[in-house]
Amino acid sequence: MSKIEPHNSALSLSGIQKYYDDHHVLKSVDFSVKPGEVVVLIGPSGSGKSTLLRCCNGLEIAQEGDITIFGQPLVAGGKLIEDRELNRLREDVGMVFQSFNLFPHLSVLENVCVAPLTLKKATRPKAEKLAKELLAKVGLSDKIDAMPGNLSGGQKQRVAIARALAMTPSVLLFDEPTSALDPELVGEVLQVMKMLAKDGMTMIIVTHEMNFARDVADRVVMMDNGTILEEGTPEQIFKSPTHARTQEFLQTVFAA
Amino acid sequence: MSLELDFTPVIEGLPTLLDGTMITIAVTACSLAISLVVGSIIGVIRSNRGTLLCYIFDGYVAVIRGTPLLVQLFIWYYGLPRVGIMLPAFLCGVVGLSLYSSSYVSEIVRGAIQSIDKGQMEASRSLGMSKQQAMRKIIMPQAFVRMLPPLGNETIALIKNSALISLITIHDVMHAGANIISTSYRDLETYIFIACIYFVLTNTATFILRKIEKHKLKAGAI
Repeated sequence: MSKIEPHNSALSLSGIQKYYDDHHVLKSVDFSVKPGEVVVLIGPSGSGKSTLLRCCNGLEIAQEGDITIFGQPLVAGGKLIEDRELNRLREDVGMVFQSFNLFPHLSVLENVCVAPLTLKKATRPKAEKLAKELLAKVGLSDKIDAMPGNLSGGQKQRVAIARALAMTPSVLLFDEPTSALDPELVGEVLQVMKMLAKDGMTMIIVTHEMNFARDVADRVVMMDNGTILEEGTPEQIFKSPTHARTQEFLQTVFAA
Repeated sequence: MSLELDFTPVIEGLPTLLDGTMITIAVTACSLAISLVVGSIIGVIRSNRGTLLCYIFDGYVAVIRGTPLLVQLFIWYYGLPRVGIMLPAFLCGVVGLSLYSSSYVSEIVRGAIQSIDKGQMEASRSLGMSKQQAMRKIIMPQAFVRMLPPLGNETIALIKNSALISLITIHDVMHAGANIISTSYRDLETYIFIACIYFVLTNTATFILRKIEKHKLKAGAI
């Protein structure tokens, strides 16, 4: 893959190497995402998709390679930028986790407000107004004063999405956002994600929801054993994958 | 032999016993305040593994927790004068109890911080918060709730351990009792009364801590 001009990419990774001790998790990965693009990462567990995603906001540190976000370096020559810069850049890259990671000691409204207030992005009235708008958008206007412990999984994940949106990020990363949910609650979360995709949000999504990938993704990226095996439109990947490994993976997923 | 209880010497000695109780409360309160501050600082430092300071304080905790409080108090009061350091008894008592209690408090604080799911820090950092901001706004408020029950235990232990300072000539309630016994020989009555005083002190502390705990839980934390 050739290097993409920074301004044409929301996010660009090149030559990423990542090791956990002796284990080579990401093997010279090149990957980039255009503004407004929705990219779905698929692949067997242990293929490195979550690690790749977590490298995109510095939660995992790539030992080699370069990462830029809208042209600004996050990792340069295998070195993470200094903390203050990193914090600023992270405001622009939201993340939604498999296990929600809501703040259990704060109400739903405060969960959404706490980051903008702490980082002085808004005054309290403004932060609360935005939070209420976002919670309305994810269909949780009636849960504003609830504590996270009293919400269903699907509701928790929608709060988590609102919390990420409150920092008005340019890119959203989703790390298996529906994997911890009861089957009947998956739909409400995917619905919100579809809405965001329609709004033009740049999204990178690690998921096993193949139907969702087919409906929403602009591009599907198949990872295996620390490398990107192939990528293409959902049509290409699901209908006519070129690698036997991809076929195999899709068969097991669709058989389930 | 018949059991005759005579509380007259205890009643006559009530003023000195109450003076002693005030000393016990003063030493315990000073030590508690110091150990909460010092222990919290050490606990936060020790929750951040891998720093030099962290290892130094690991050593401190190992030494203090691994040796008897009585021996430590004797070193402060009877041992240090040999190297020219003469501290007043009261100060020795406060320093000895504070250092001892701080090591336990630091363990409580460290444990509570480390018990918070690491996803909380990741979520905070991914929103753009610095580590300090995340600690202040997200981690510590949750850790604090978990610290309360063990801190309650530590407070009770501190009140009871303070009886040892009578052995370095501080006129606490235990010391006052010993004086009464030495002239009246009414040891059973005196010790029963002293036990009652400690009982009231520890259970008052428990009551107050329960109130704080309930208040915190009502505020919705976990």
